[in-house]
Amino acid sequence: MKKYLPFALLAVLALLPLTGMSTYWLHIFILVIMWSVIGMAWNLLGGYCGQVSFGHAAFFGLGAYTSGILYQKLGVSAWWGLPLSVVVVSAGALVIGFICLRLRGPFFALATLSMGVILRVTAENLNWLTEGDLGIMIRERTWVDKTWYFYIILLIAAGTYLVVKWIVGSKLGYYFVAIREDQDAAESLGINTTLYKTIALCLSAVLTGLAGAFYTSYMGYIDPKVVFALHDISIVAIMVVMVGGVATFGGPIVGAFIMVMLAEVIRTIPKLGAAHHTLFGVLLIVIIIYVPNGIVGDLPKLKKVFGAGGRS
Amino acid sequence: MAMLEVRGVSRFFGGLAALTDVSFGLEQGEILAVIGPNGAGKTTLFNVVNGFYPASRGEVLFKGSRISGLQPHKVCRLGIARTFQVVKPLQRMTVHDNVIASAFLKAPKKAEAEALAVDMLKFTNLYDDRDVISKGLPLGKRKRLEIARALATQPEVILLDESFAGLNPTELNESIEIIKKIKAKGITIMIIEHHMKVIMAISDRIVVLNYGEKIAEGTPEEIRNNKQVVEAYLGEAQSA
Repeated sequence: MKKYLPFALLAVLALLPLTGMSTYWLHIFILVIMWSVIGMAWNLLGGYCGQVSFGHAAFFGLGAYTSGILYQKLGVSAWWGLPLSVVVVSAGALVIGFICLRLRGPFFALATLSMGVILRVTAENLNWLTEGDLGIMIRERTWVDKTWYFYIILLIAAGTYLVVKWIVGSKLGYYFVAIREDQDAAESLGINTTLYKTIALCLSAVLTGLAGAFYTSYMGYIDPKVVFALHDISIVAIMVVMVGGVATFGGPIVGAFIMVMLAEVIRTIPKLGAAHHTLFGVLLIVIIIYVPNGIVGDLPKLKKVFGAGGRS
Repeated sequence: MAMLEVRGVSRFFGGLAALTDVSFGLEQGEILAVIGPNGAGKTTLFNVVNGFYPASRGEVLFKGSRISGLQPHKVCRLGIARTFQVVKPLQRMTVHDNVIASAFLKAPKKAEAEALAVDMLKFTNLYDDRDVISKGLPLGKRKRLEIARALATQPEVILLDESFAGLNPTELNESIEIIKKIKAKGITIMIIEHHMKVIMAISDRIVVLNYGEKIAEGTPEEIRNNKQVVEAYLGEAQSA
Protein backbone atom coordinates (compact mmCIF):
# COMPACT_ATOMS: atom_id res chain seq x y z
CA MET A 1 0.00 0.00 0.00
CA LYS A 2 2.64 2.44 1.10
CA LYS A 3 4.83 1.40 -1.80
CA TYR A 4 2.25 2.57 -4.33
CA LEU A 5 1.46 5.87 -2.63
CA PRO A 6 3.92 7.94 -4.72
CA PHE A 7 2.50 6.47 -7.96
CA ALA A 8 -1.05 7.10 -6.83
CA LEU A 9 -0.15 10.68 -5.95
CA LEU A 10 1.50 11.16 -9.33
CA ALA A 11 -1.56 9.76 -11.12
CA VAL A 12 -3.93 12.03 -9.19
CA LEU A 13 -1.74 15.06 -9.87
CA ALA A 14 -1.47 14.18 -13.56
CA LEU A 15 -5.26 14.17 -13.81
CA LEU A 16 -5.73 17.48 -11.96
CA PRO A 17 -5.63 19.83 -14.98
CA LEU A 18 -8.30 17.69 -16.67
CA THR A 19 -10.80 18.46 -13.91
CA GLY A 20 -11.18 21.95 -15.30
CA MET A 21 -9.99 23.67 -12.14
CA SER A 22 -9.49 27.43 -12.17
CA THR A 23 -6.22 28.97 -13.34
CA TYR A 24 -5.62 30.20 -9.81
CA TRP A 25 -5.68 26.70 -8.36
CA LEU A 26 -3.49 25.36 -11.12
CA HIS A 27 -1.02 28.10 -10.26
CA ILE A 28 -1.09 27.07 -6.61
CA PHE A 29 -0.41 23.45 -7.54
CA ILE A 30 2.45 24.46 -9.80
CA LEU A 31 3.98 26.33 -6.88
CA VAL A 32 3.45 23.37 -4.55
CA ILE A 33 5.18 21.02 -6.98
CA MET A 34 8.02 23.48 -7.59
CA TRP A 35 8.59 23.80 -3.86
CA SER A 36 8.50 20.01 -3.53
CA VAL A 37 11.41 19.88 -5.96
CA ILE A 38 13.37 22.47 -3.99
CA GLY A 39 12.48 20.71 -0.72
CA MET A 40 13.58 17.31 -1.99
CA ALA A 41 16.80 18.87 -3.27
CA TRP A 42 17.50 20.61 0.03
CA ASN A 43 16.65 17.42 1.89
CA LEU A 44 19.34 15.50 0.02
CA LEU A 45 22.04 17.82 1.34
CA GLY A 46 20.53 18.97 4.63
CA GLY A 47 18.41 15.98 5.63
CA TYR A 48 20.50 13.04 4.51
CA CYS A 49 24.03 14.43 4.41
CA GLY A 50 23.48 16.68 7.43
CA GLN A 51 24.90 19.82 5.80
CA VAL A 52 22.33 22.49 6.60
CA SER A 53 22.33 25.13 3.89
CA PHE A 54 20.89 28.60 4.40
CA GLY A 55 21.82 29.57 0.89
CA HIS A 56 19.81 27.50 -1.52
CA ALA A 57 18.57 30.71 -3.12
CA ALA A 58 22.04 30.88 -4.63
CA PHE A 59 21.34 27.76 -6.71
CA PHE A 60 17.73 28.68 -7.40
CA GLY A 61 18.83 32.08 -8.60
CA LEU A 62 21.69 30.69 -10.69
CA GLY A 63 19.23 28.39 -12.44
CA ALA A 64 16.72 31.20 -12.93
CA TYR A 65 19.33 33.59 -14.31
CA THR A 66 20.76 30.94 -16.62
CA SER A 67 17.36 30.84 -18.31
CA GLY A 68 16.91 34.58 -18.12
CA ILE A 69 20.29 35.50 -19.57
CA LEU A 70 19.96 32.93 -22.35
CA TYR A 71 16.75 34.64 -23.38
CA GLN A 72 17.85 38.22 -22.83
CA LYS A 73 21.38 38.10 -24.22
CA LEU A 74 21.38 35.22 -26.69
CA GLY A 75 17.81 35.42 -27.79
CA VAL A 76 17.10 31.72 -27.44
CA SER A 77 14.14 30.20 -25.64
CA ALA A 78 14.35 30.39 -21.86
CA TRP A 79 13.54 26.67 -21.80
CA TRP A 80 17.14 25.97 -22.86
CA GLY A 81 17.93 27.14 -19.34
CA LEU A 82 16.73 23.78 -18.00
CA PRO A 83 19.56 21.72 -19.53
CA LEU A 84 22.13 24.50 -19.38
CA SER A 85 21.42 25.31 -15.73
CA VAL A 86 22.72 21.83 -14.87
CA VAL A 87 26.16 22.89 -16.12
CA VAL A 88 26.09 26.41 -14.67
CA VAL A 89 24.72 25.38 -11.28
CA SER A 90 27.16 22.45 -10.99
CA ALA A 91 30.02 24.85 -11.62
CA GLY A 92 28.59 27.28 -9.07
CA ALA A 93 28.10 24.49 -6.54
CA LEU A 94 31.69 23.34 -6.97
CA VAL A 95 32.99 26.83 -6.23
CA ILE A 96 30.62 27.33 -3.28
CA GLY A 97 31.39 23.82 -2.02
CA PHE A 98 35.11 24.42 -2.26
CA ILE A 99 34.72 27.45 0.00
CA CYS A 100 31.96 26.27 2.37
CA LEU A 101 32.43 22.51 2.75
CA ARG A 102 35.64 22.83 4.71
CA LEU A 103 33.47 24.28 7.47
CA ARG A 104 31.26 22.19 9.69
CA GLY A 105 27.85 22.62 11.30
CA PRO A 106 26.75 26.19 12.00
CA PHE A 107 29.79 27.60 10.23
CA PHE A 108 28.78 25.84 7.03
CA ALA A 109 25.25 27.21 7.44
CA LEU A 110 26.56 30.77 7.85
CA ALA A 111 28.92 30.46 4.91
CA THR A 112 26.12 29.27 2.61
CA LEU A 113 23.90 32.06 3.87
CA SER A 114 26.53 34.57 2.87
CA MET A 115 26.89 32.91 -0.55
CA GLY A 116 23.24 33.53 -1.28
CA VAL A 117 23.62 37.17 -0.31
CA ILE A 118 26.83 37.59 -2.30
CA LEU A 119 25.15 36.24 -5.44
CA ARG A 120 22.17 38.54 -4.94
CA VAL A 121 24.38 41.61 -4.63
CA THR A 122 26.41 40.44 -7.63
CA ALA A 123 23.28 40.02 -9.73
CA GLU A 124 22.09 43.46 -8.66
CA ASN A 125 25.30 45.10 -9.80
CA LEU A 126 26.32 43.12 -12.86
CA ASN A 127 24.08 45.27 -15.05
CA TRP A 128 25.61 44.30 -18.41
CA LEU A 129 24.73 40.67 -17.79
CA THR A 130 21.71 40.59 -15.53
CA GLU A 131 20.05 44.00 -16.13
CA GLY A 132 20.54 44.59 -12.40
CA ASP A 133 17.50 45.58 -10.38
CA LEU A 134 15.40 45.99 -13.52
CA GLY A 135 15.31 42.24 -13.77
CA ILE A 136 14.67 40.17 -16.86
CA MET A 137 11.28 39.92 -18.48
CA ILE A 138 10.36 37.06 -20.79
CA ARG A 139 8.20 38.99 -23.26
CA GLU A 140 6.78 36.09 -25.23
CA ARG A 141 5.16 33.45 -23.04
CA THR A 142 5.32 29.91 -24.42
CA TRP A 143 1.75 29.16 -23.41
CA VAL A 144 -1.02 31.33 -22.09
CA ASP A 145 -2.66 28.32 -20.50
CA LYS A 146 -0.93 26.89 -17.42
CA THR A 147 -1.55 23.23 -18.18
CA TRP A 148 1.76 22.52 -19.89
CA TYR A 149 3.73 24.36 -17.23
CA PHE A 150 2.02 22.10 -14.75
CA TYR A 151 3.06 18.93 -16.60
CA ILE A 152 6.64 20.14 -17.05
CA ILE A 153 7.16 20.84 -13.35
CA LEU A 154 5.38 17.59 -12.51
CA LEU A 155 7.86 15.75 -14.73
CA ILE A 156 10.78 17.49 -13.04
CA ALA A 157 9.33 16.62 -9.62
CA ALA A 158 8.80 12.95 -10.54
CA GLY A 159 12.37 12.80 -11.83
CA THR A 160 13.68 14.45 -8.67
CA TYR A 161 11.75 12.00 -6.51
CA LEU A 162 13.19 9.03 -8.38
CA VAL A 163 16.72 10.43 -8.24
CA VAL A 164 16.49 11.05 -4.48
CA LYS A 165 14.92 7.64 -3.88
CA TRP A 166 17.62 5.89 -5.88
CA ILE A 167 20.47 7.82 -4.24
CA VAL A 168 19.24 7.25 -0.70
CA GLY A 169 19.05 3.48 -1.22
CA SER A 170 22.50 3.28 -2.76
CA LYS A 171 26.07 3.52 -1.54
CA LEU A 172 25.86 7.31 -1.90
CA GLY A 173 22.92 7.45 0.49
CA TYR A 174 24.68 5.34 3.10
CA TYR A 175 27.74 7.56 2.81
CA PHE A 176 25.66 10.73 3.13
CA VAL A 177 23.95 9.49 6.29
CA ALA A 178 27.26 8.25 7.70
CA ILE A 179 28.70 11.75 7.20
CA ARG A 180 25.64 13.29 8.88
CA GLU A 181 25.89 11.00 11.89
CA ASP A 182 29.62 11.30 12.51
CA GLN A 183 32.06 12.84 10.11
CA ASP A 184 35.16 11.54 11.89
CA ALA A 185 33.81 8.00 12.05
CA ALA A 186 32.85 8.20 8.38
CA GLU A 187 36.32 9.38 7.46
CA SER A 188 37.95 6.55 9.40
CA LEU A 189 35.70 4.03 7.63
CA GLY A 190 37.33 5.01 4.38
CA ILE A 191 34.72 7.53 3.25
CA ASN A 192 36.20 10.53 1.48
CA THR A 193 33.98 12.98 3.34
CA THR A 194 35.02 16.05 1.34
CA LEU A 195 34.26 14.28 -1.95
CA TYR A 196 30.89 12.93 -0.89
CA LYS A 197 29.79 16.20 0.69
CA THR A 198 30.66 17.90 -2.60
CA ILE A 199 28.60 15.31 -4.50
CA ALA A 200 25.64 15.89 -2.16
CA LEU A 201 25.94 19.65 -2.60
CA CYS A 202 26.16 19.44 -6.41
CA LEU A 203 23.16 17.10 -6.71
CA SER A 204 21.12 19.25 -4.37
CA ALA A 205 22.17 22.42 -6.17
CA VAL A 206 21.41 21.09 -9.66
CA LEU A 207 17.90 19.98 -8.68
CA THR A 208 17.26 23.37 -7.05
CA GLY A 209 18.64 25.08 -10.16
CA LEU A 210 16.17 23.19 -12.35
CA ALA A 211 13.35 24.59 -10.26
CA GLY A 212 14.90 28.04 -10.72
CA ALA A 213 15.16 27.65 -14.49
CA PHE A 214 11.54 26.53 -14.61
CA TYR A 215 10.55 29.53 -12.49
CA THR A 216 11.93 31.96 -15.09
CA SER A 217 9.98 30.37 -17.93
CA TYR A 218 6.84 30.05 -15.86
CA MET A 219 6.69 33.41 -14.12
CA GLY A 220 8.16 35.30 -17.04
CA TYR A 221 9.96 37.80 -14.83
CA ILE A 222 12.91 37.55 -12.47
CA ASP A 223 14.94 40.04 -10.51
CA PRO A 224 17.73 39.53 -7.97
CA LYS A 225 15.55 40.34 -4.95
CA VAL A 226 13.09 37.62 -5.90
CA VAL A 227 15.22 34.68 -7.01
CA PHE A 228 18.16 35.23 -4.65
CA ALA A 229 15.89 36.04 -1.70
CA LEU A 230 17.07 34.86 1.70
CA HIS A 231 13.69 34.81 3.43
CA ASP A 232 11.50 33.87 0.47
CA ILE A 233 13.71 31.16 -1.04
CA SER A 234 16.53 29.96 1.25
CA ILE A 235 14.54 29.99 4.46
CA VAL A 236 11.36 28.66 2.89
CA ALA A 237 13.37 25.76 1.43
CA ILE A 238 14.43 24.85 4.97
CA MET A 239 10.90 25.32 6.30
CA VAL A 240 9.37 23.08 3.64
CA VAL A 241 11.64 20.26 4.79
CA MET A 242 11.36 20.99 8.52
CA VAL A 243 7.57 21.13 8.42
CA GLY A 244 7.21 18.07 6.20
CA GLY A 245 9.91 15.88 7.69
CA VAL A 246 13.69 15.87 7.52
CA ALA A 247 15.23 12.86 5.74
CA THR A 248 11.89 11.43 4.62
CA PHE A 249 10.79 10.88 1.03
CA GLY A 250 7.32 12.37 1.43
CA GLY A 251 8.27 15.16 3.84
CA PRO A 252 9.21 17.83 1.29
CA ILE A 253 6.01 17.20 -0.67
CA VAL A 254 3.79 17.53 2.41
CA GLY A 255 5.85 20.51 3.56
CA ALA A 256 5.58 22.25 0.19
CA PHE A 257 1.81 21.81 0.20
CA ILE A 258 1.45 23.22 3.70
CA MET A 259 3.83 26.13 3.18
CA VAL A 260 2.33 27.27 -0.14
CA MET A 261 -1.22 26.97 1.20
CA LEU A 262 -0.28 28.74 4.40
CA ALA A 263 1.38 31.58 2.53
CA GLU A 264 -1.76 32.01 0.40
CA VAL A 265 -4.12 31.87 3.36
CA ILE A 266 -2.10 34.23 5.52
CA ARG A 267 -1.84 36.74 2.68
CA THR A 268 -5.63 37.01 2.55
CA ILE A 269 -5.90 37.97 6.22
CA PRO A 270 -6.30 41.76 6.43
CA LYS A 271 -3.43 43.61 8.15
CA LEU A 272 -1.81 40.43 9.51
CA GLY A 273 -1.10 39.26 5.95
CA ALA A 274 1.92 41.51 5.61
CA ALA A 275 3.49 39.78 8.59
CA HIS A 276 3.55 36.30 7.05
CA HIS A 277 7.26 35.89 7.77
CA THR A 278 6.57 36.45 11.45
CA LEU A 279 3.88 33.77 11.38
CA PHE A 280 6.27 31.40 9.55
CA GLY A 281 8.75 32.00 12.34
CA VAL A 282 6.18 31.13 14.98
CA LEU A 283 5.23 28.02 13.02
CA LEU A 284 8.87 26.94 12.83
CA ILE A 285 9.27 27.30 16.59
CA VAL A 286 6.14 25.21 17.19
CA ILE A 287 7.35 22.55 14.75
CA ILE A 288 10.80 22.32 16.33
CA ILE A 289 9.36 21.97 19.83
CA TYR A 290 6.45 19.60 19.20
CA VAL A 291 7.19 17.70 15.98
CA PRO A 292 10.97 17.97 15.54
CA ASN A 293 10.95 15.28 12.85
CA GLY A 294 8.28 17.05 10.81
CA ILE A 295 4.79 15.94 10.00
CA VAL A 296 5.82 12.85 8.03
CA GLY A 297 8.66 11.96 10.43
CA ASP A 298 6.49 12.26 13.52
CA LEU A 299 3.34 10.82 11.96
CA PRO A 300 3.04 7.98 14.53
CA LYS A 301 3.33 10.53 17.33
CA LEU A 302 0.72 12.83 15.75
CA LYS A 303 -1.68 9.94 15.20
CA LYS A 304 -1.35 9.02 18.85
CA VAL A 305 -2.04 12.57 20.06
CA PHE A 306 -5.04 13.12 17.81
CA GLY A 307 -6.28 9.54 18.20
CA ALA A 308 -6.27 9.90 21.98
CA GLY A 309 -7.88 13.32 21.74
CA GLY A 310 -10.69 11.91 19.61
CA ARG A 311 -11.54 9.18 22.08
CA SER A 312 -11.61 11.23 25.24
CA MET B 1 59.58 -6.28 6.34
CA ALA B 2 57.33 -4.98 9.06
CA MET B 3 53.64 -4.61 8.28
CA LEU B 4 53.53 -1.24 9.95
CA GLU B 5 56.52 0.76 11.03
CA VAL B 6 56.48 3.81 13.25
CA ARG B 7 59.75 5.68 12.74
CA GLY B 8 60.82 8.41 15.14
CA VAL B 9 57.32 9.86 15.39
CA SER B 10 56.80 13.01 17.45
CA ARG B 11 53.59 14.93 17.77
CA PHE B 12 53.34 18.33 19.41
CA PHE B 13 50.24 20.22 20.44
CA GLY B 14 51.57 23.73 20.83
CA GLY B 15 54.38 23.34 23.35
CA LEU B 16 53.13 19.99 24.63
CA ALA B 17 54.86 16.90 23.33
CA ALA B 18 52.20 14.19 23.17
CA LEU B 19 54.63 11.82 21.47
CA THR B 20 58.41 12.08 21.43
CA ASP B 21 60.53 10.08 19.02
CA VAL B 22 58.50 6.88 19.19
CA SER B 23 59.68 3.98 17.03
CA PHE B 24 58.52 0.40 16.77
CA GLY B 25 57.41 -2.12 14.21
CA LEU B 26 54.35 -4.29 13.84
CA GLU B 27 54.94 -7.72 12.28
CA GLN B 28 52.48 -9.49 10.05
CA GLY B 29 49.90 -11.49 12.01
CA GLU B 30 50.89 -10.47 15.54
CA ILE B 31 48.99 -8.77 18.32
CA LEU B 32 50.89 -5.77 19.61
CA ALA B 33 49.58 -4.07 22.71
CA VAL B 34 50.25 -0.42 23.47
CA ILE B 35 49.99 0.31 27.18
CA GLY B 36 50.77 3.24 29.41
CA PRO B 37 49.20 5.49 32.05
CA ASN B 38 46.47 7.97 31.14
CA GLY B 39 47.78 10.73 28.92
CA ALA B 40 50.78 8.69 27.80
CA GLY B 41 49.97 9.37 24.14
CA LYS B 42 48.41 6.05 23.13
CA THR B 43 45.37 7.46 21.37
CA THR B 44 47.49 10.22 19.83
CA LEU B 45 49.68 7.47 18.42
CA PHE B 46 46.62 5.86 16.84
CA ASN B 47 45.49 9.21 15.47
CA VAL B 48 48.88 9.71 13.85
CA VAL B 49 48.92 6.20 12.34
CA ASN B 50 45.33 6.55 11.13
CA GLY B 51 45.94 9.98 9.64
CA PHE B 52 43.76 12.17 11.84
CA TYR B 53 46.87 14.05 12.95
CA PRO B 54 49.94 14.55 10.84
CA ALA B 55 53.16 13.58 12.62
CA SER B 56 55.16 16.63 13.67
CA ARG B 57 58.33 14.63 13.07
CA GLY B 58 59.08 11.16 11.84
CA GLU B 59 57.00 8.96 9.61
CA VAL B 60 54.71 5.94 9.53
CA LEU B 61 55.27 3.21 6.93
CA PHE B 62 52.73 0.63 5.84
CA LYS B 63 54.25 -2.33 4.03
CA GLY B 64 57.28 -0.20 3.26
CA SER B 65 55.53 2.86 1.86
CA ARG B 66 54.97 6.08 3.70
CA ILE B 67 51.42 6.72 4.88
CA SER B 68 51.88 9.63 7.27
CA GLY B 69 50.35 12.75 5.76
CA LEU B 70 47.59 10.80 4.00
CA GLN B 71 43.99 11.54 4.92
CA PRO B 72 42.24 8.97 7.17
CA HIS B 73 39.98 7.65 4.41
CA LYS B 74 43.03 6.90 2.25
CA VAL B 75 44.77 5.14 5.11
CA CYS B 76 41.63 3.06 5.64
CA ARG B 77 41.42 2.24 1.94
CA LEU B 78 45.02 0.98 2.02
CA GLY B 79 44.02 -1.50 4.71
CA ILE B 80 44.34 0.03 8.17
CA ALA B 81 41.04 0.20 10.07
CA ARG B 82 40.50 1.56 13.56
CA THR B 83 37.99 1.73 16.36
CA PHE B 84 37.46 4.65 18.71
CA GLN B 85 37.91 4.72 22.47
CA VAL B 86 34.90 7.00 22.72
CA VAL B 87 32.62 4.95 20.50
CA LYS B 88 31.26 6.70 17.43
CA PRO B 89 28.32 4.67 16.16
CA LEU B 90 26.29 6.20 13.33
CA GLN B 91 23.56 6.82 15.87
CA ARG B 92 20.37 7.05 13.87
CA MET B 93 21.22 4.05 11.69
CA THR B 94 20.50 0.44 12.53
CA VAL B 95 23.38 -1.80 13.52
CA HIS B 96 23.20 -3.53 10.15
CA ASP B 97 23.24 -0.22 8.24
CA ASN B 98 26.24 0.93 10.26
CA VAL B 99 28.23 -2.03 9.06
CA ILE B 100 26.87 -1.82 5.50
CA ALA B 101 28.10 1.79 5.31
CA SER B 102 31.65 0.65 5.95
CA ALA B 103 31.34 -2.56 3.90
CA PHE B 104 30.75 -0.42 0.80
CA LEU B 105 34.47 0.44 0.82
CA LYS B 106 35.52 -2.91 -0.62
CA ALA B 107 32.12 -4.19 -1.79
CA PRO B 108 30.67 -1.54 -4.09
CA LYS B 109 27.51 -3.48 -4.94
CA LYS B 110 24.76 -3.19 -2.35
CA ALA B 111 23.98 -6.91 -2.17
CA GLU B 112 27.66 -7.68 -1.59
CA ALA B 113 27.93 -5.00 1.07
CA GLU B 114 24.85 -6.34 2.84
CA ALA B 115 26.18 -9.90 2.79
CA LEU B 116 29.59 -8.80 4.03
CA ALA B 117 27.93 -6.82 6.82
CA VAL B 118 25.90 -9.88 7.86
CA ASP B 119 29.12 -11.92 8.03
CA MET B 120 30.77 -9.30 10.22
CA LEU B 121 27.74 -9.08 12.50
CA LYS B 122 27.78 -12.84 12.98
CA PHE B 123 31.52 -12.73 13.55
CA THR B 124 31.09 -10.22 16.38
CA ASN B 125 27.90 -11.82 17.78
CA LEU B 126 25.78 -8.81 16.91
CA TYR B 127 23.56 -10.51 14.36
CA ASP B 128 20.57 -10.69 16.70
CA ASP B 129 20.79 -6.93 17.23
CA ARG B 130 21.01 -6.09 13.54
CA ASP B 131 17.76 -4.11 13.41
CA VAL B 132 18.37 -2.09 16.57
CA ILE B 133 18.98 1.65 16.08
CA SER B 134 22.57 1.88 17.27
CA LYS B 135 21.84 4.81 19.59
CA GLY B 136 20.00 2.35 21.86
CA LEU B 137 22.77 -0.21 22.05
CA PRO B 138 24.47 -0.86 25.41
CA LEU B 139 28.16 0.04 25.67
CA GLY B 140 29.49 -3.49 25.36
CA LYS B 141 27.71 -4.02 22.09
CA ARG B 142 28.67 -0.59 20.81
CA LYS B 143 32.30 -1.52 21.34
CA ARG B 144 31.73 -4.65 19.31
CA LEU B 145 29.90 -2.65 16.66
CA GLU B 146 33.06 -0.55 16.32
CA ILE B 147 35.01 -3.75 15.71
CA ALA B 148 32.44 -5.09 13.24
CA ARG B 149 32.50 -1.83 11.33
CA ALA B 150 36.29 -1.75 11.20
CA LEU B 151 36.41 -5.38 10.02
CA ALA B 152 33.86 -4.69 7.29
CA THR B 153 36.44 -2.50 5.56
CA GLN B 154 38.45 -5.75 5.17
CA PRO B 155 41.65 -4.39 6.68
CA GLU B 156 45.08 -5.97 6.94
CA VAL B 157 45.81 -4.10 10.14
CA ILE B 158 43.23 -3.19 12.75
CA LEU B 159 43.82 -0.64 15.49
CA LEU B 160 41.65 -1.30 18.54
CA ASP B 161 41.41 1.62 20.96
CA GLU B 162 40.30 0.34 24.37
CA SER B 163 37.79 -2.12 23.02
CA PHE B 164 37.59 -3.74 26.45
CA ALA B 165 37.11 -0.72 28.68
CA GLY B 166 33.89 -0.77 30.66
CA LEU B 167 32.92 -4.32 29.79
CA ASN B 168 31.60 -6.83 32.30
CA PRO B 169 33.41 -10.19 32.73
CA THR B 170 31.11 -12.06 30.32
CA GLU B 171 31.49 -9.42 27.64
CA LEU B 172 35.22 -9.37 28.31
CA ASN B 173 35.58 -13.08 27.55
CA GLU B 174 33.42 -12.70 24.49
CA SER B 175 35.62 -9.88 23.20
CA ILE B 176 38.81 -11.83 23.88
CA GLU B 177 37.42 -14.65 21.75
CA ILE B 178 36.64 -12.18 18.98
CA ILE B 179 40.18 -10.77 19.07
CA LYS B 180 41.58 -14.29 18.83
CA LYS B 181 39.30 -14.99 15.88
CA ILE B 182 40.48 -11.79 14.17
CA LYS B 183 44.07 -12.92 14.64
CA ALA B 184 43.18 -16.35 13.22
CA LYS B 185 41.96 -14.61 10.07
CA GLY B 186 45.51 -13.32 9.60
CA ILE B 187 44.73 -9.69 10.45
CA THR B 188 47.47 -7.86 12.29
CA ILE B 189 46.27 -6.19 15.47
CA MET B 190 47.50 -3.21 17.41
CA ILE B 191 45.53 -2.71 20.59
CA ILE B 192 45.42 -0.08 23.31
CA GLU B 193 44.31 -1.56 26.57
CA HIS B 194 44.36 -0.94 30.30
CA HIS B 195 43.11 -4.33 31.30
CA MET B 196 46.34 -6.10 32.25
CA LYS B 197 44.85 -9.56 32.45
CA VAL B 198 43.62 -9.26 28.88
CA ILE B 199 46.89 -7.77 27.64
CA MET B 200 49.03 -10.47 29.19
CA ALA B 201 46.72 -13.16 27.83
CA ILE B 202 46.44 -12.15 24.21
CA SER B 203 49.37 -10.00 23.15
CA ASP B 204 52.52 -11.26 21.46
CA ARG B 205 54.48 -8.11 22.20
CA ILE B 206 53.91 -4.98 24.23
CA VAL B 207 55.04 -1.39 23.72
CA VAL B 208 54.92 0.81 26.81
CA LEU B 209 54.46 4.56 26.52
CA ASN B 210 54.91 7.06 29.33
CA TYR B 211 54.67 10.84 28.89
CA GLY B 212 54.78 10.33 25.14
CA GLU B 213 58.00 8.33 25.12
CA LYS B 214 58.49 4.65 24.54
CA ILE B 215 60.00 3.29 27.74
CA ALA B 216 59.93 -0.42 26.95
CA GLU B 217 59.12 -2.99 24.29
CA GLY B 218 59.05 -6.76 24.61
CA THR B 219 57.09 -9.92 25.29
CA PRO B 220 54.52 -9.86 28.10
CA GLU B 221 57.03 -11.74 30.29
CA GLU B 222 59.77 -9.16 29.71
CA ILE B 223 57.40 -6.28 30.37
CA ARG B 224 56.16 -7.82 33.59
CA ASN B 225 59.74 -7.91 34.87
CA ASN B 226 60.83 -4.52 33.55
CA LYS B 227 61.61 -2.26 36.50
CA GLN B 228 60.90 0.99 34.69
CA VAL B 229 57.49 -0.21 33.53
CA VAL B 230 56.56 -1.49 36.95
CA GLU B 231 57.45 1.88 38.42
CA ALA B 232 55.55 3.89 35.83
CA TYR B 233 52.56 1.75 35.40
CA LEU B 234 52.29 -1.69 36.86
CA GLY B 235 53.37 -0.74 40.38
CA GLU B 236 49.83 -0.11 41.41
CA ALA B 237 48.68 -3.50 40.16
CA GLN B 238 51.36 -5.34 42.10
CA SER B 239 50.64 -3.72 45.41
CA ALA B 240 46.96 -4.44 45.02
